[in-house]
Amino acid sequence: MARIIGGIATSHIPAIGKAIAQGTQDQPYWKPFFDGYAPVHAWLHEEQPDVAVMIYNDHGLNFFLDKMPTFAVGAAPEYLNADEGWGLPVSMPYPGFPELSWHMIESLVNEEFDLTMCQEMLVDHGFVVPLSLLWPGKEARPVRVIPVAVNTVQFPLPTPARCFKLGQAIGHAIESFDGDHRVVIIGSGGMSHQLDGERAGYINKTFDVSYLNRIVDDVAELCCMSVAELVLMAGAQGVELLNWLVMRGAMTGRVTEKHRNYHVPISNTAGAVMLLENETAMAR
Amino acid sequence: MATMTTVEALQHDYDSIPGTIIFDGRHAMKGYALNKMCFSFNSRENREAYRLNEDAYCEAFHLNAAQCRALKHRNVTELIEAGGNIYYLAKWAGIFGISVQQIGAQQRGVTEDAFKEMLLRAGE
Repeated sequence: MARIIGGIATSHIPAIGKAIAQGTQDQPYWKPFFDGYAPVHAWLHEEQPDVAVMIYNDHGLNFFLDKMPTFAVGAAPEYLNADEGWGLPVSMPYPGFPELSWHMIESLVNEEFDLTMCQEMLVDHGFVVPLSLLWPGKEARPVRVIPVAVNTVQFPLPTPARCFKLGQAIGHAIESFDGDHRVVIIGSGGMSHQLDGERAGYINKTFDVSYLNRIVDDVAELCCMSVAELVLMAGAQGVELLNWLVMRGAMTGRVTEKHRNYHVPISNTAGAVMLLENETAMAR
Repeated sequence: MATMTTVEALQHDYDSIPGTIIFDGRHAMKGYALNKMCFSFNSRENREAYRLNEDAYCEAFHLNAAQCRALKHRNVTELIEAGGNIYYLAKWAGIFGISVQQIGAQQRGVTEDAFKEMLLRAGE
């Protein structure tokens, strides 16, 4: 059976993609952020996952506001990136894994998650930047990827509790899939930031640090939050932290924190990366 | 007799978060044409077409007067007020090389340097 070997949460803001494209990772502004990925690279090298499930949000590349799915799962043989309008280079395609996608879709719908299924899906920086951070090098495509898009753009958004439950269902789906696959779950986005309104530039370090702690060992408390509380504490775009809860839900009940790095600011955002390992034989 | 509820009259737990306009049904309806126009800026040809003739482009997307005015003013606060979603507005801002820091500073009513300084201090 396929096995979830770890969960990774990481920021995904476009400025990171720009820094990678321009090769400025070692400049003083960026170094404390990019250096935080070295232990994750070492872990990925050691563990050699072959599949990544990417929990992210689209920012107006694939989904417009005319039809806005709360949860959407990709089932394409490959995923194309495209021009988003602000000058990021367009990445090479990413290989998909339709067999696991359809297994996940069937399993999730059976667990009463009414999804949107996508046989074509353009992937934006929310998907591309985490992969560029985790597997640096332009053309490297060491894993097959399944995108899971969560609506964090147009309210109402799914609740934290619902996102966690989606993660649990994704965990069940992956671990009932035949084959000797090693899967990482990636939660993309965050941490605290707000781009719009008079509170633009809002960052909440205290909340972020407590969120990092609670993702590890008190996720039930995070699931009790409302989306409004999340906006209040993490900022209007900090709601991307919902993606982290999906990731955490796919992990087992107890996890080991292998690494974290938190750095403020990257552009308008609190940047972070976190690596979790499943404690074996634990129920969700 | 049935009473009519408007979208504007719907109450939410997020209505009173300071300095924050939540992009919900109210704003999604108000800003639909504006955001649809900004969505078109994913294409380079469309960005060029807009740059060449802003008025004609806005007219083709049936923008209202407030939206056209806010675009002319290059004013993000007004654009948000007119229903713009920040992710879509960022595509528009990109046409003029306006950064998210500049957008943030404008909405806060501070200089770009003061805004960047504030972000640096948030990490302390």
